[in-house]
Amino acid sequence: MRKAIVVSAVLVALTMGVAAQAETLRIEGSTTVGPIADAFAEYFKGVNPKLEITVNKNGSGNGATALIEGRCDIAAMSRFMSPDEFAKAVANKVYPVAWTISMDGVCVVVHPSNPVRALTGVQVRDIYMGKITNWSQVGGSNTPIVVISRDTSSGTYETFETLIMKKQPMAQGVEYVNATPQAQARVRTTPGAIGYVGLGFLEGVKTVPIDGVAPTKQTVANGTYPLSRPLFLFTNGFPKLGSIPFKFVTFYLTEKGQELVEAKDFVPMTNY
Amino acid sequence: MNNDVNATLTLAPATEGSQTPCNAFGNPDSPRPLALTPGQDLRGYLSAILGRALLFFITFSSVLAVLLILVFVVIRSLGFLSQSSIVEFLASQNWRPTADTPVFGALAIIVGSLYVSFAALVFAVPLGILAAVFLSDIVSWKVRNVVKPIVEILAAIPSVAYGFFAVLVLAPWMQRQFGFSTGTNALNASLILAIMALPTIISVAEDSISALGRELREASYSCGATRLETIVRVVIPAAHSGILAAAVLGMMRAIGETMVVWMASGNAPQIPHPWWDLSQSVRTLTATIAGEMGEAPETSLHRGALFAMGVLLLLMTLGMNVVSEYFLARAKKASGRA
Repeated sequence: MRKAIVVSAVLVALTMGVAAQAETLRIEGSTTVGPIADAFAEYFKGVNPKLEITVNKNGSGNGATALIEGRCDIAAMSRFMSPDEFAKAVANKVYPVAWTISMDGVCVVVHPSNPVRALTGVQVRDIYMGKITNWSQVGGSNTPIVVISRDTSSGTYETFETLIMKKQPMAQGVEYVNATPQAQARVRTTPGAIGYVGLGFLEGVKTVPIDGVAPTKQTVANGTYPLSRPLFLFTNGFPKLGSIPFKFVTFYLTEKGQELVEAKDFVPMTNY
Repeated sequence: MNNDVNATLTLAPATEGSQTPCNAFGNPDSPRPLALTPGQDLRGYLSAILGRALLFFITFSSVLAVLLILVFVVIRSLGFLSQSSIVEFLASQNWRPTADTPVFGALAIIVGSLYVSFAALVFAVPLGILAAVFLSDIVSWKVRNVVKPIVEILAAIPSVAYGFFAVLVLAPWMQRQFGFSTGTNALNASLILAIMALPTIISVAEDSISALGRELREASYSCGATRLETIVRVVIPAAHSGILAAAVLGMMRAIGETMVVWMASGNAPQIPHPWWDLSQSVRTLTATIAGEMGEAPETSLHRGALFAMGVLLLLMTLGMNVVSEYFLARAKKASGRA
């Protein structure tokens, strides 16, 4: 028993010693940017096993707060920092520097049998607000619309809410699903359904051009598709050249970085 | 303690050589003495107390866990309950936690939780009772011993597997078969919940029905009753406490289930209109907590509101637990009398 205690105490001391020696990188913020940060972190850890990277996905707002209060090295954000947050940061002697690491596009999709060929952003918003409830109101057949949304804690929802809903509340009858593949499955199997998914989940569903622009990598990357937006990492000041944070926030420029961004169904900045 | 007594109580076949218990104890060849030295006595006394204390703490820790969860959830919801209107929380149907002026009306969600749970019971209780009667009174003992464990395996299937079945198989099937505009709805969720509650209901009801004993049934047969009459008029009424307890336990299972309702119910925060229309989407308390906890910032009203939902759920299940304990105790008493 005593031996066990001694051994475990030594082990704890050892691991703490190692942890103290290892370099650490704390990332906090958006659930949308989270998958990219995770993929980057995994790659960095593979290259440098001593490196300790933590990725907390609790929302862009929490990421900004953490950077301002010095609780993280990099804030991952799916929106630009608000003037309010900037002021707070400067008052706290933190100088936020933005790194645009990828583009994010959300495609509005319907059942393949749906004859509707195009929608405007306003029409999509009215559908999600419950003002339009039948496909015949937007030039389709006489079918009730089944409105499908991602759950409110997902990054995809956040993108959609910001770019299409413009903070207007969704109708009570909107259905929520907890994963993008599930949203895809629901739209694929429900003739009257409308939903929104990432670029990588278009199999078996039909995309609808919004305001005359169809979602492709090009239209998302150059921002002409209405449901596209940049994703950011924020550091406190310009990181020291060659340091771990510097390598991390510029990793998206490398071939491997772009590969990882694309693997997570985002559009690399360089894809024009 | 007295040395004389020790000596006389020594278990060893009192050989002249080992008079004192100390010797007997020290010598591995001689058997252990019955009486102990004061030191041994004290040691035994202390280890008994320590052992008791240790076991008490191990047992108490699970009680403590329940109490701590209750206290924690209540404390985390206090901020919301003090700053926001409880009347709005319980009476408004508007659940807009992330709007610029957030509204936390959980009525539709509370109703949704009770709605799918009751609907599940409507499906599961008759089936469960019939299956329990079949297992206890009709089928042979051998078959029962094979079937009952298999039924209980139903409870071991992960709920996410049920959820995938609900979304990928049941939902499209209901759309095709019944022409529902959406397949993830209250009917879908309550059917799956009913399947999940069945093992609990069958198991508890079967236990209480077979605990009634042979005499009761033989008395009924001797009065000239048929098997059907015996089951319907004698066995089921006599076991009603246990059956009620089974139903309440099944209800607890259904109302606390999260993953299945999160996937199968559609999660639309609305009260079906008209009220009996099971083909509409509803949302439950558990699904709301699971779905929104991730993005609700710490110390925000939103998070507090989710904890308030947790308190509500805890109160519901605690209430049902008390009710089921009451019926189970009555069932035990009844079978004791029989």
